[in-house]
Order: sequence, then C-alpha cells, then structure tokens
Amino acid sequence: MNILMFLAPFSLGLGLMAVAAFWWSLRNGQYDDPAGDAARILVDDPEDRPAP
Amino acid sequence: MALTYDALGSDLGAFLKRREDGAASFDLLVPDARCAGCMGKIEREVQAVPGVRLARLNLTSKRLSVEFGAGGGANPAAVMAAVTGLGYRATPYDPAAAADAHDREGRALILAIAVAGFGVMNTMMFSVPIWAGLFGQELGPATRTVMMWFSGIVGAPCAIYAGMPFFKSAWRSLKARRANMDVPISIGVLLTLAVSFSETILGGRDAYFDAAVSLLFLLLIGRWLEHRLRARASSAAADLLALQAPTATLVGEGDALTVTPISQVQPGDLLLVRPGERFPVDGRVVAGASELDNSLLTGETAPVAVGAGEVCRAGALNLSGLLRLRAEARSEDSALAAIARLVELGAQSKSRYVQLADKAAAIYVPVVHTAALLTFAGGWMLGLGPREALIRAAAVLIVTCPCALGLAVPAVQITASARLFRRGVLVKSGAALERLAEVDHVVFDKTGVLTEGRPQLVDGDQGALALAAPLARASRHPLAHALAEAAGDGVLASEVVEHPGLGVEGLINGRRARLGRAAFLGAESGGTQTELWFGFDGEAPIRFGFADSVRGDAAATIAALKARGLGVEVLSGDLAGPVGGAAAAAGIATWRAGCTPQEKAALVDALKREGKTVLMVGDGLNDAGALAKAHAAMAPGTALEASQNAADLVFSGDGLAPVVQALDVAQDARKRAMENFGFAALYNLVAAPAAMLGFVNPFVAAIAMSGSSLVVTLNALRTGARR
Repeated sequence: MNILMFLAPFSLGLGLMAVAAFWWSLRNGQYDDPAGDAARILVDDPEDRPAP
Repeated sequence: MALTYDALGSDLGAFLKRREDGAASFDLLVPDARCAGCMGKIEREVQAVPGVRLARLNLTSKRLSVEFGAGGGANPAAVMAAVTGLGYRATPYDPAAAADAHDREGRALILAIAVAGFGVMNTMMFSVPIWAGLFGQELGPATRTVMMWFSGIVGAPCAIYAGMPFFKSAWRSLKARRANMDVPISIGVLLTLAVSFSETILGGRDAYFDAAVSLLFLLLIGRWLEHRLRARASSAAADLLALQAPTATLVGEGDALTVTPISQVQPGDLLLVRPGERFPVDGRVVAGASELDNSLLTGETAPVAVGAGEVCRAGALNLSGLLRLRAEARSEDSALAAIARLVELGAQSKSRYVQLADKAAAIYVPVVHTAALLTFAGGWMLGLGPREALIRAAAVLIVTCPCALGLAVPAVQITASARLFRRGVLVKSGAALERLAEVDHVVFDKTGVLTEGRPQLVDGDQGALALAAPLARASRHPLAHALAEAAGDGVLASEVVEHPGLGVEGLINGRRARLGRAAFLGAESGGTQTELWFGFDGEAPIRFGFADSVRGDAAATIAALKARGLGVEVLSGDLAGPVGGAAAAAGIATWRAGCTPQEKAALVDALKREGKTVLMVGDGLNDAGALAKAHAAMAPGTALEASQNAADLVFSGDGLAPVVQALDVAQDARKRAMENFGFAALYNLVAAPAAMLGFVNPFVAAIAMSGSSLVVTLNALRTGARR
C-alpha cells in the first residue's frame, strides 16, 4: 500500500499540470478567435517559403 | 444606407485609442469578412498602410484591430479607405464601447469550471475505493481514512475556489435581505465540507467531498451557459449599433472635415449632413435645401422639405441635399433626451421583474432548510446522537441541493435563444424570454414595423412610368428609387442635375425632362398622398402617388397571433388615413393615430392597468418609451439605437414572422422550464425522505445528483426543436 503514497501525489501533480496548461492557454488568448485560427493556416504568407 | 468615408476629406482621430508612449490602436467592425481569403487580403492591405505596425482580424468577432507605431503618423482614415477599397464595409468602434472586448467574467467562470473539473476527477479517484468499501469489499478503516484525507485535501480547496462565484452572489443577496438560489448552494457546500472533514477526523464512513465538487462543476456549467447567452447578445447588439455609425461630421476652419463621435458635438459647432445620413443632434440649417424623413421620430412617412433657417431634430434622416447645420444642443440635450428619460423609467419597472429561477428559490430555500433542520433536531431527539443527526441533515442538503434547479432554467434559455439566433432573432437576456412567454396582448407600431418603412408606387400610369423611369434611375431620392424599382431595369437619362430639395433634371432621348416636387414642375399638389411629378419641357406634368406598403407577411402574422388568442392593436404617430389603411390591410381592428411618444408610453401603461401583459413591437424613437414600459419589447434591426436598447429582442430580416416564432419559442421554453421544475420537485420528494431516513450514502448522492442534472439538460435540449 505504500506505493499509494507515491502514486497518488504523482497523479495529482499531472492533473495540476493540465490545469496550469489550460490556465496559460486561456490567459494567452488561445480561444479568442477559433474561426480565425482555423482559417489562418490557409493564408499564404509571402515570406513563408521553404529554404532554397 | 451605408456611409462612405473619403480618406482625404475626413479625420477619424477621435476613434483612436492613444497610449502613453505615442502608439495608438484603432478597432474596426468588418461584418462581411468570412473566409481565410478575406482575412489574408484585409490584413495584408492594412499592414501596407504607412504607420501601421500590426493589423489582426478576428474572424469570430469580425473585429479588425490595428496598431499604429509610436512615431506618430497614425492615419485611421487611410486604414478605412484600404478596407473599403477592397469592397468590405467597415465601421469604427467607439473606444468607450470597444473597451469591453476582454470578457473577464467569462474567463473567471471558465477557470472555475476547469478547477472544479480537476477536483471532480481527482476526488473521484479516491472516492471509488471508498465506495467499494461501502459494499463490503476489502478496505480497512485505516486505508479508508487515508483515502478520505486525500479526497478532502484535493476536493476542499477546489470546492472553495470553484464556489466563489456562488458564495459572492449569495452574500450580496443576503445583504439585500433576499435569498436567491445561491444561498442554499453555498450553505449546502460549506456544511457538507465541514461535516466531511469532521467525519474524516473522527474516522467515520461518510465523506461527501466528491459530491460538493461535482455539484459545483455542474452548476458552473449552467452559470457559464447563462453568461455566454448574455455576452453573445451584448456583443451582437454592440455590432448592430456600430453599424449605425453614431458619428457626426464637423466642418472646421477652411472647410476641413472631421468625423467625431456624437457625444463630442458642442452647441455652435458647424456640421455637415450628407444625403442618407441621420441628424446627429438638434440643429438649425445654415445652408442647403433638402427633404427629411421623420418616420423614426414621429411615425410620419411623408418627407418634409427643409431649407436654411429651419430646425431639424436629431434622428431624422436627410434624404436628398447636402446640409450645413449649426448644432443647437449636445446629444444628451437633444430631442432624444426626453425619450431616453422615458426609457429609463420603463427599465426601472422591468428590473422589478422576478425571474422564474428566483421564484422557485423563494419556495425551495425555506422548505429544504426547514427539512434539514427538522432532520437534525428530530434525529437527535429520536436517539440518533448529534453526529449521525448532523450527517443526515447534511445529506438532505446535498442530495436535494438545487443542482437540477440551477440547470433547469439556463439550459432551456440557452437552447431557446440559440434556436432563435439562427432565425435572426437576438435575445438580450433570459428574463426577456420569460417575460415574452407571459404576453397576451401585442401592440404594433405602424411605420417600419407593420409597413416596410419606405415608400412604394401605388398610383401611376404604366405608360407614364416608362417615360419617367430613365430619370428616376439617375436619382438617389427614395421616391425616385421606388419609381425606378417599379419600372425595372432600363436606360439612364443623360446630363442629369440634382436640385437638392426639389428634384432632378436631365435629357431623355434628347428631350429635357424634370422629376420632382409639384413646385419644381409648376403643378398643383393635390391631397394628402406622398407624390412625385414628372414632365417633359413644355408638356403637362404627370403625377405619381406613393404609400408605405404593408409588409408581405403582416396579415399572416397578425392572423397567427390572433389564432394564439392574443389581442392585437396599432399605435402610430402618423396621420389617421395611412394608419387606418395599414391596420385594415394587416387585419387589425383596433388602432390609434397621431400619438406622441409620451402618449404611446401612457397608452401601454393604461393597457397594463387593465390587466393585460403587453408586447410592444416598435422601431422609432417615438416608440422607445413604450418599448421600455411594455412587459416585453421587440425591435427590428433597422431601429434606432435608443429603441434597440429599450427592446428585449431584436429581429432582422424583411418579415414580421420572427415575432410569432419568438413567442412560440418563448412559450415552449417556459413549458420546458416548468417540466424541469416539476421533475426536480419529484426528485426531491423521493430524495429528501431517503436522506432523512439515512438511506443516502456518498455513492447514492453522486449517482442521484448527476442523473437528475442529465435528465434536466436533455429535456432542455428539446426546446423549440419541432419548429
């Protein structure tokens, strides 16, 4: 049963990391323009070419 | 009518948001941007404007934010020109209105949901072994206590954090000596946490940490849905208003033109009002001649001629000529202000409306809290001991906790307004839908609501029409436009000259002809009908009559309203003739003409005193007071700002059918909400006695709670589905 003392905090840590990542993405404006983000990948940037 | 901005002629400096380091930003609404192609084109083009550091288009909110570099030289007019040059409409956002772009409340709620979600998943991880212990599996008391501690250490902070929106709202409501739904939620959660901790310390069996967090998780979803409904409605409303471009064109020294927000116009300023623009403030004409459309102010459809020295009121539409105007009042003091006061009075009476959920809470709170108290007192007296009695009281609170009730109304309202939104009806708040469902009498305005709000040819000979059409096509006047529309496509007259306030003159097949007012043609004006005269040089003029025709689906809409048992009447500021005609065409027997804005509001009040619940449908400024006083109010998207603000629902499109659709969906929503309340009551009738008798353990509580929320949400999704 001692393994619980290690595994339980470990899984909680993983969960907290997920919450922190979500918090960061929210603060960073990742959900501000879902339609634009989906469309932006289709826009050709003239400077964005593969290296010769 | 769209405004055109000429890049060199006007200065949009007032719309810049300046920062301290000299940089500035500028927000534009580009409503027609839809695809990746539009986005790329607009961003590239605007980025190329000198002085622009960054241009980014948000395709979801259709907002283009432009940042100018710190070196000065910010030129918003050039940005406008770049966007309009690509063929997109663009309107600047007032910096004051754009400030609310960041939705703080929404983010706080989302974060609370995320924390509650984390709490639910991770307390469950420890709860499942505890539940297994409940059914006789191997789980020693020591391990169980360890699990309960874990569960508490994770669950309690999450519950406290996620519960904050509820605790704060409950505290506010208690301070106002009222009890809303958040009071029992807060008491339930806090008591549950306290009892669970004491049980954990004393080595007991029942800890409800998971129940407390999952309760908050489900409730937060309901709260967030409600918030989104409000946020989406208010941003859509802001867009509608931005499209109306509440700006004024100032004429400075040397005829330099500056575009400013209306609020910055001072008395004495010289203003320019182009044809197709609305008067920003009350003022006196200095130069120019034109005709005014006062229909949104007074309900009159016939254009009124104005010349130098005459007074024009804010909100009137300039039809034909360029006018220079000396402002006589600030926008707050203009004719609009009296109407704004009427709106304020009405809004106060509306804020006294008690929402369904709060009505339910008013019954629910005392009942449940008495039951919990009785459980505790009764259990103790019947020999259960204080500890067991308190556990059972907490179980009563948690298992009857208004989880289903908290979701019952928001889930229905969000479904209903999403369905209406797809049909072009914007619902401003959930309370608006509830009020709409109670309506039993509908009052219509005439101009722009029952009727199209623009003149159409009703009296004119086909042969004459064909003769006059080439000249009519060359003019921008609404009457000429109606004439051209009736005639269809064809040739244009040449050498056309517009005489502001009078008419147009030009050559048709080499012959000089005139189209315009009776005086312009030297004819005798006859009767009350709106008219236009046409004639070749040296021939007798021919007369065309116009009327504002009733909307195509008006009669069907009125019939549908009557079939639903609703009373219908018309209140208009127009003359008796046109009002009676429009009412008869739409099939309405009761009508009243020549009402002032104050009379309209008073008549709505009188209907209320007769015990009727009134829905007002209106678009003009003269309706704003009545819209605010009525129990529920709808306005078309073409209505003026004040009317849209006073209305609960705004509908777009050419027809009146949205009125019936909105009523149907609102009634459907009410029915679903009632069903949900009924279900929640039934559930509590079973759950509460079970909890009192001690049949509820944490496992049963978790199942019952999520099950009831699921049923309520699924029922809500049925709202308006059949139509």
